[in-house]
Amino acid sequence: MRNERSTEDIAMGIRRRVFEHSMRNNGGYLSQACSAAEQLAFLYNEGLNLGEPVLPAVPKPFAGVPSADNPDYVTGAGYNGPFEPQYDRLFIAPAHYALVAYATLIETGRMDAEGLEMFNKDGSSVEMIGAEHSPGMEVHNGTLGIGLSTGAGLAWGRKRRGEKGQTCVFMSDGEVQEGQTWEAVQAAAHHGIDNLWALMDVNDQQCDGAMDSVMEVRDIAAKFRAFGAVCVEIDAHDLDAMRQAKAEPHEGQPLIILARSSPTQGMSFLQKRFPRLHYVRFKSEEERAEMNISIAAELGIDPIELETH
Amino acid sequence: MVEMVSRPYASAFEAFAVKNPDVLCLSADLTSSCEIDGFRDRHPDQFLSLGMAEQNMMSFAGGLGLAGYRPFLHSFGVFLYRRPYDQLMASVAYPRRKVRLMGFLPGITTPGGMTHQAIEDIAVMRSIPNMSILETGDATEVESICEAADSIDGPVYCRVLRGSVPRLFDTPIKVGEMRELAGGDDVLVVTTGIATEEALRARDALSNAGVSIRHLHIHTIKPFNEQALLDHIGSVNKGVVVLENHVIAGGVGSLVAEIMADNGVGKPLVRLGLKDTYAHGGSRGYLMKHYGLDAGALVRGIERVMGIETGIDEEALATARVDAVHSAVKAEAL
Ligand SMILES: Cc1ncc(C[n+]2csc(CCOP(=O)(O)OP(=O)(O)O)c2C)c(N)n1
Repeated sequence: MRNERSTEDIAMGIRRRVFEHSMRNNGGYLSQACSAAEQLAFLYNEGLNLGEPVLPAVPKPFAGVPSADNPDYVTGAGYNGPFEPQYDRLFIAPAHYALVAYATLIETGRMDAEGLEMFNKDGSSVEMIGAEHSPGMEVHNGTLGIGLSTGAGLAWGRKRRGEKGQTCVFMSDGEVQEGQTWEAVQAAAHHGIDNLWALMDVNDQQCDGAMDSVMEVRDIAAKFRAFGAVCVEIDAHDLDAMRQAKAEPHEGQPLIILARSSPTQGMSFLQKRFPRLHYVRFKSEEERAEMNISIAAELGIDPIELETH
Repeated sequence: MVEMVSRPYASAFEAFAVKNPDVLCLSADLTSSCEIDGFRDRHPDQFLSLGMAEQNMMSFAGGLGLAGYRPFLHSFGVFLYRRPYDQLMASVAYPRRKVRLMGFLPGITTPGGMTHQAIEDIAVMRSIPNMSILETGDATEVESICEAADSIDGPVYCRVLRGSVPRLFDTPIKVGEMRELAGGDDVLVVTTGIATEEALRARDALSNAGVSIRHLHIHTIKPFNEQALLDHIGSVNKGVVVLENHVIAGGVGSLVAEIMADNGVGKPLVRLGLKDTYAHGGSRGYLMKHYGLDAGALVRGIERVMGIETGIDEEALATARVDAVHSAVKAEAL
């Protein structure tokens, strides 16, 4: 399932899809597609060794939460392939990136485009905040800062079982404000968990706006190194740099790749919204129309046909 | 049609805080989601941004309490007790700091799924010594929540509604009291928060079906006026139904059950809420129906207590208020 399309092409497809969805649905997590499209495209198209999906291309409706009375419960991890020793595992730690992650599943042929039509619809498993049962998700991460710890535990356990596959956690930079992230790195370093790596979307943004205005986190690369990780900083939109960073040796240590991204990459119109980019909603029908024309042109597509309200 | 009030917390908090210089506004990166963005912009000296770091915020608030301030912490309810539970215990509840926890998106009022839905917060808070609990059910209660919370000598957790909120009442919260919304004598219906609006939807249909309801709306969950509840239970001949936006275990239904058992009240009790399950993401209307938290579920509960079938169907219940997930009154998606 790999390399049929270039990663650049997939990244463009992700932006187009998230843009189209957000135009049609009066807003969405648009800036996360701008910052993270290359990262998610890279993970699914080349960075990870994943098997063929084992769940239906059109997602099944929500089928209940884990419970003793729900023996058929499954997570959405099957979209990333089977749990086999040689394959990698991926967690999307910032679960609000779900829209971007679903678009990636579609662009890489793991889910039908129809799946996105179910986004945030009542009774659907394709949830706005990716749940454990949502396509491509294996654990609940909507409470930010818990993903890397779970990844470290899974990686340690897999290593102990002699599995060759790695564990990767896609993270957001807001997560470095949570203490748990640092506890996770500390433990991964202490236990030499080197089958663990993280790719972090460092877009300098959080809900309230620019991170520096909300809570300064300073030199996070230096912090990660001080806590015992190998840390590489790259331009998030430079795929060659991403490939090289992934190849960085990190024996006996976790690898953290800080992908410094622009929250408006590929959709320059959004710069008008800076620094309030967390969830983009249209202020008026005029703005929506203006955004539609401008961003579509930049993405090289026709403006999205909108139902009139 | 019921009046809808847009963002009642925003103006109420601002009006209250400017009169009380020792009130501080703390935020954990959900400033506009908790409707305090205007306050931040207009009163930066009284606003503290603590980033997405709730554990630190909780103990920090304990420290502010030591310095004589009364911090109002703003976040989604879940992030005020799940992650920082230990800090809540040691830094706030034990020493009885005057810390006001403003928990937004109670229960299933968020499409964010398990990680965003505070479905067991009341059970948790009820079991914490020294903690008080308030819950808002309409715009007037949201408008009076700051005053009410700040009148409490110790820590308090509040379930706060946001966005577009219906106005059901015309008097503010009086801590320790309860609202009697109907004085019938068949069944006592006890509701909190958004469940009260559901009960009001069923009111006409029930009276048409000849069921006489006594209805209590509870805004003060802890401390609780036991005697008042017992008197109301004594005034109905059939039994009690509780409906709440919370898991059944440990919530207001449990509180009522404990009071009835402690006092040897031998009347039937039906507790309605989430039945020992997590919910998932979806619109409020869908979730209320799916998990049996709506007017229809209440009618079925009343029928159980009465041992009758009223024949009331969905159509007979006044139209549900439906919020579009993407509606413009919400500051953020979440
Ligand atoms: C523990 C926790 N606190 C608060 C939130 C609410 N929340 C959702 S996203 C977010 C911050 C977003 O910043 P970041 O993680 O960097 O994501 P991005 O800006 O790239 O969207 C916050 C505070 C949460 N989901 N979990």
